[in-house]
Formats: sequence, C-alpha cells, structure tokens
Amino acid sequence: MMKNKNKNPFFFLRRFFTVSRLFLIPAFIFLMIFVFYPIVATIYTSFFSNSTGNFVGLGNYDFVMFRGVYPLINVPNLLQGTPPLGGLINNFIWIAIHLPVVVLSGMFLAVLLRDVKGGTIIKSIVFLGVVIPLVVGGVLFRFIYDKDAGIANAFLSLIGLGGLTRTWYAFADTALLSIILGSIWIWTGFGMIVYSAGLQGIPVELYEAAEIDGASRWKTFWRITVPMLRSTSIVVVTMTVLWELKIFDIVYVVTRGGPGGTSDVLAYEMYNVAFFGGNYAAGSAIAVILTLMTIGFAAYMVTRMSKP
Amino acid sequence: MKAQITDFFKKVKTHLLSRFRKIKLPREKPKITPFTVLVHVVAWVIATIWLIPFLGVFIASIRPYSEVQFGWWNLQPFHLDLSNFADAWAGQSSGYPLGNAMFNSLLVTIPATFLPIIVSALAAYSFARFRSRTKDLLFFILVLLQTIPQQAVIIPIYTLFNNLHLLNNYIGLILLHTAFGLPWQVLFLRNFFATLPIEIEEAARVDGASYFKIFRKIVLPITLPALASLIALQFVFVWNDFFFALTIITDPRLALAPQVIPLLVGRYFANYSLLTAGSILVMILPIAIYVALQRYYVRGLTAGAVKG
Repeated sequence: MMKNKNKNPFFFLRRFFTVSRLFLIPAFIFLMIFVFYPIVATIYTSFFSNSTGNFVGLGNYDFVMFRGVYPLINVPNLLQGTPPLGGLINNFIWIAIHLPVVVLSGMFLAVLLRDVKGGTIIKSIVFLGVVIPLVVGGVLFRFIYDKDAGIANAFLSLIGLGGLTRTWYAFADTALLSIILGSIWIWTGFGMIVYSAGLQGIPVELYEAAEIDGASRWKTFWRITVPMLRSTSIVVVTMTVLWELKIFDIVYVVTRGGPGGTSDVLAYEMYNVAFFGGNYAAGSAIAVILTLMTIGFAAYMVTRMSKP
Repeated sequence: MKAQITDFFKKVKTHLLSRFRKIKLPREKPKITPFTVLVHVVAWVIATIWLIPFLGVFIASIRPYSEVQFGWWNLQPFHLDLSNFADAWAGQSSGYPLGNAMFNSLLVTIPATFLPIIVSALAAYSFARFRSRTKDLLFFILVLLQTIPQQAVIIPIYTLFNNLHLLNNYIGLILLHTAFGLPWQVLFLRNFFATLPIEIEEAARVDGASYFKIFRKIVLPITLPALASLIALQFVFVWNDFFFALTIITDPRLALAPQVIPLLVGRYFANYSLLTAGSILVMILPIAIYVALQRYYVRGLTAGAVKG
C-alpha cells in the first residue's frame, strides 16, 4: 500500500497541497500581490533618491521630517509655538485631544443610554457619524463652520460672542482645532457602540450584588463597570488611535492641509508629496513612518490585551 | 420578615427559570426620580446635538441657495426647491454628474463586497478546522495587516496598475479592495466558524462528502448571519472609501461618488444647497444599509471587542 502511494508521481504534490492549504491559497495570493509586495516596494523606494535613483540611506526620511516644504516636524515653528507645526505633530495633537474625549464620551454615552427610554434610537443617531462617508462628514463641518451659512457661528452670535464669528477652518490658528472638533462629532458613535456591546457582557449579578450591598451609582460605575470594560477599552483605544493616525478624507475635503500646512497630517502629506509633488521616494518615506506607527501601536496593544 | 424571604426566593426562582425558559421577567415599574429625569434630559440634548447637522443638511438641500446663504434656520421665506437634487444628480452646474458617479460606485462596490467574502470564507474555514503549527504566527500577522494604512501600498500599486493598464479601471480597484478587506474578514469568520459544532461536519465526512461539499452545503448556510455582517460592513467601507478611488481613478468621467463631493465645492465659494443635496445622495445608501442590517453591522464591528 505504502509503496504504491510513493510511486504516484503526484504524491508529493498532494502532500503539499492539502485541503487546508488549498483553501488558503486565494487569500494568500491576494495579500501577496496587493499588500506584502507593495509594502516591501514602498520600504525599498524610500531609501533611494527620487531624481537619480541612487541609494541615499535615510536621506528621504530626513527630508520629509525636517526639510520639505511642509516638514513633518517643523522645529523652528515648534520652538516658537506658531503653526504650522508639521504633520506628525498635528497627528499627535489630534490624538491628544480626540482620543480622551472620544473614549470618555463613548463610555459615558453607552452607560447613560443603557437606561434611557429611546436609548436605541439615540444610539443609532449618534452612530450615523461613523456610517456616513468621511468625505460627507467633511462637507458637514464646512457647512457648520461657514461664516454666514454655518450654525456654529449663529450659535456664537446667539450667546453674545458675535464678534468671534468666522469661517473657522480657513484660519491658521483655528483650522486644525476646528476639524479635530468635527472629527469628535463623527467618531464618538464608534466608542459608544463598542462600549454598549461591552456592557452587555457584564453579568447582571455583579450589579445586583452591589445594589444589595448598598453601593452608590458612582461607586458601582468605578468599581464594576470601568474594570469590567478593560478589554473593551483596549479595543476602543486601539481602533481610535489607528483612525486618528490614518485620517485623510476630512483634511482633504475641508482644508487640504491648509492654510499654509497648519492642518496637515501624515496621510495627507504623503498624498501631497507623492501625487501632487511627484516625489515618490519622499512619499514612500512618509508612508513607512505612518505604517511603523500604526503597526507598532497595534502590536503593543495586542500584547497588552493578552496580559491580565 | 418571613414574607420578605419567601418573596426573595420567588424572585430568584423566576430569575433562574427565565434563563432556561425565556420567561419575560416581571419588570418593576421604573420609579421617576430627579436622577432619571436628568438622565433623560441629557440624553435627548445629546441626540439633538447629533441631529442638528443632519437637520441642517436636509433643510439646506430642499431650499434655494439664496435662502440658505445666511442660515438654513431662518425659515422666512421658505421655498421648497428640489432642483438641487436634480442638479447634483445630472451635474448641470458642477459638470460632474453624481448620478453617473453613484452608478460607477455600485459597479465597484458590489463585486468588491462579494469577492472578498468568498476568499475570506475559504481561508477562515481552513484556519478554524485544520491544525497548523504556524497558525498563531499567521494570526498575529493578520491582526497587524488590519492596521496597514492605505498609504503604505499606494505608490507601488499605482506603478503596478499603470504598467498593467489598470489605472482608471474598476477591476484593479475591486481587487485592491478585496485584498484590504481580507484580514479583518478572515479573523471575524474564523471566530465564527470556531463556535460551530464540528460533529455535523464529521458526520458528513464519514458519509463521504468532500471538504468542498461540506463547506458549501453545511458550513455556508449556517454562516449566513455572519455573512450578513460582512456584507453590511464591507459594502459601507468600499462605498465610503475615498483614498483608493482618488489615486486610482483619475479620469473625471469614471469618478466614484465620494470623489464627486469635493468637486461640488468651488475654490472660493460653495453652493451649500447643491453640496448638501449631493451629500444626501451619497450618504443615503450607507445609511440605508446600516438601518436595514443594523444588528449585523454592529455585531461585525464589535465582534473583536466582546470576545476580548
């Protein structure tokens, strides 16, 4: 029997192409062509000069970080504290403002709406921001922040701050902040929905026990709800930071990184340098920086997730 | 005291029974306290904050621009004007017909929704059912692949598509979206397959069914709810995608729906009636999918969070 099998010329082929591997092949081919190969090619391109094709080491990285038209870290401006500070810094500012607000308000809304009549409807409304295209989200802010047609300025006038009205995203000092604020409106629904699902996973017995012991609402929240939502929080924080790092559509639609690069971010600057400026090597360098940040952060969070 | 104890045990009994028999627990009438009133007021104020931009978009889209210019909330005078939708659809004033672009978007989105589902279902089934030494590593790679920004692959993909004449061609875009949908879909489906009882498949195997037949006749039908999640999410992702469309489809006649929205904004002037009408046309489909498949959409989004 064994001998016969070995004589079969396709035996080795059959042994290699087991059913389990055959099922994996289509996915493997797709990922090879459209993900692995391009990443390797991007890394490769980032080490060579765009004009001469010579190896330049970290030259492109130095260029995009400190010396480009809109450097990712604008050191002189950073020391003076005047915008534009650079795309990378803007991404960090984005995370510093957006992340805590979105995570906390997401958790707050999930807990609040759990006990509210019509909470499901309100959740759906808040979540719409995540469902609509980001391009449309961008248009929404343009509309809200517009000097004459925007409701944000009308609201300012209403509360007696009429002197402040302006098209918020069109000025160097408020462009970045205004789109960050808008992106909070868009993304809060995500945290809320994931936390709502997380809340359902907390056993009711814990709350019943707390009630019997006479714990206050405040204490129940901090001692039961928050600790039980730890893994949910890791997911929300990870997804939110990745979203913030990859932000592109909103910036493109609302400000195009302007005015004067004040609302520039990594993803937009990559597009700008590569597809407007035609400098593929510099664009690749920015892409590599962005990818290192997303993968590095995700890997860190995954290892945290597996630890107790 | 005795009455209280019997009452307590009665409650415990109905509670435990409800777990088995799906009895509806007799709900205590919620007491109206100042706290619950406050919670409801806060919840509905939040809902209003989230609704106002949508309300503004809706009202602006059905009125002539001359009325919207200085605030859509001024309802004197109010004229119903649906020509904005017709204008955005046919592209009279912008030169970019949105109706055409939405049809193009469907041409990309429908195949790019179903193709990755077939590929990822095969791969996920293999992951869930067949043992492999490298599985853990492959898994970690899949998790990290989810975090790859689109910018990381776009330059080599652009060059590749250029050489293969796939620029301004929907086939290239569909394949690219397929590859980018795979990592999260494989993870999601693998977790789903892992919860299915293996006994049915083993019985079928004993009866002589091939692996592919088992997959098609047994596994796929019970996987329909999970597939609904994948369809809902992937459809919305692809429809909403802006970056890939922007870089790969450069011919304005072939532009996809999200690409046309920024083109409706003039350089120094935005006709908000036209812009909001166009926005509504573009976001109506993702919102419809979300509303129709809400349960599946949310389940797909939160699967990772609940599992922990």
